[in-house]
Amino acid sequence: MSALVQLKDVLVSRNTRTILDVPDLAVERGETLAVIGPNGAGKSTLLKVLALLEKPARGQVLLEGLAINYRGSLLPYRRRLALVMQQPLLRDTSTFENVATGLRFRWAPRRETRQRVERWLDRLGIAHLACRHARTLSGGEAQRASLARALILEPQLLLLDEPFADLDPPTRDSLMSELKPILRETGTTTVFVTHDRDEALRLGDRLAVIMGGLLLQTGSPQEVLARPASLEIASFVGTETVLPGIVKGERQGVLEVEVAPGQRVAAVGQQLLGSQVLVCLRPEEVTLLEPQQAGHSSARNHFAGTVQEVVDLGLYVRVSLDCGFPVVAYATRVSISEMGISVGQPVVASFKATAVHLIPQ
Amino acid sequence: MDIIWEGIIQALGLILSGDPELTQVVLLSLAISGSATLMSIVIGVPYGTLLALGRFGGRSLLLGLVNTGMGMPPVVVGLVLSILLWRSGPLGSLSLLYTPGAMVLAQVIIATPIVAGVSMAAIAQLDPRLRLQMLGLGASRLQVLWVLFQEARLPLLTAVMAGFGGVISEVGSVIMVGGNIKGQTRVLTTAIVTETSRGNFGLAIALGLVLLLLAFGANLVLTLLQQRGSPAQ
Repeated sequence: MSALVQLKDVLVSRNTRTILDVPDLAVERGETLAVIGPNGAGKSTLLKVLALLEKPARGQVLLEGLAINYRGSLLPYRRRLALVMQQPLLRDTSTFENVATGLRFRWAPRRETRQRVERWLDRLGIAHLACRHARTLSGGEAQRASLARALILEPQLLLLDEPFADLDPPTRDSLMSELKPILRETGTTTVFVTHDRDEALRLGDRLAVIMGGLLLQTGSPQEVLARPASLEIASFVGTETVLPGIVKGERQGVLEVEVAPGQRVAAVGQQLLGSQVLVCLRPEEVTLLEPQQAGHSSARNHFAGTVQEVVDLGLYVRVSLDCGFPVVAYATRVSISEMGISVGQPVVASFKATAVHLIPQ
Repeated sequence: MDIIWEGIIQALGLILSGDPELTQVVLLSLAISGSATLMSIVIGVPYGTLLALGRFGGRSLLLGLVNTGMGMPPVVVGLVLSILLWRSGPLGSLSLLYTPGAMVLAQVIIATPIVAGVSMAAIAQLDPRLRLQMLGLGASRLQVLWVLFQEARLPLLTAVMAGFGGVISEVGSVIMVGGNIKGQTRVLTTAIVTETSRGNFGLAIALGLVLLLLAFGANLVLTLLQQRGSPAQ
């Protein structure tokens, strides 16, 4: 794989405030790069830089290895990409004409335009809305039209700026399941910006985490989730348990980290004895056991504690424990009722040494 | 009351019989105000668009010019233009004073700020992200403008109608720079003034009715277009 687009040393600032600082970010051909970060992190600015709608104060944007020359016309470059924004921003005309917009800009022949529009309307399940006025479309239908309007251009680079953020959960869900195979079949290189972790995991082949204008980490979804590079990233990607600790021992390549007086967590890591670390543990990695079952588990870590809080999150239940240090676990409703877990109940938290991620302090 | 009824009956007679004097005045009014409106569109729409979209030094000055222009009394326009075009004035050599050309010029000066101001509002009310979205679909600058004009077509039409309505019914400046010469520079408004002062109410009412018709007609067209523009539900 070779990079289709690359940002090098890019800096965007407004009124001396740095909005975006990306030393190096490459988007590989055919991949979907999900850019995640909280609101106001600079994600949209990153997308604007990629869309050549914002000229960075410093640095280069390389397309197929060639740096963009901002003094020349950007139109030939811009015609190789397509942008979908959070709001559908449809024109005051029919759905058909809206989807045809980009082809009209390129003076495509009428017949070809008609065929392509019909194909993409059909592909996004809005063929029956072709003649409807854009203003009468629902939010989901309008966003489908907006996606069709971009995909019809068969862009080399597709830029998605929170396209699902305004949609209700069922609509968002079905649209995402439909978009993923389209992106794969067409092999469209995509940059997908979102503040939603789950959306990023669903569509992204790779994640890039941006916070406060800084590109903090890139990697596979598993990597970013299991091995967040910092405390901020850890809490953003849903690592519920983060404990300060000191590496106290090492046995057969497994570190022992003291997180509370007398309480040592086994973890896999490279840190030196005596160094200070943050112990990160994702809630889905923690298994809850009844005290008498504890011996049957193969996991290295077992901590007896009492249930402090039980919160029903709909799909699963979040259980907060006190084991001398706080631990958060996710469990299904079925297991909660089978084990009779309730506040004050004794329970054992069990997790593997490989599930623990250490961030050096 | 008789004087009104007699006037109205006489006026209808003049209109229905196609009175040559009346027809001539109406046609000249339409020609002068029509061409003035056209010119004000050519200048005012790009000017308003520039103000709506542009971020540049001197923008507030240009904006101030529009706002001042919109509130400028037409009589002052007539006064200034009369002095400029006066035989011994700086533009006297053009021999424009008391010609339809001078009247068009006066009306362009009056209508352009109106057209520019309303166009600016029309373009500014569009979602600023629409421009980015169109660029993000591969639009050239001209294509972006074309889309913006299309999106703002109804408010832009309002701008045109406001400009036309402003000049067709204006009397102060055209009487000063046109001179109200019968058969040459006499238009609807100035003719109404003249005929009324002469007590010639029949013709004055006829002219007034035509003027009302034009003003209402313009608004009617606008309303119909606006209704056609909204989706049939």
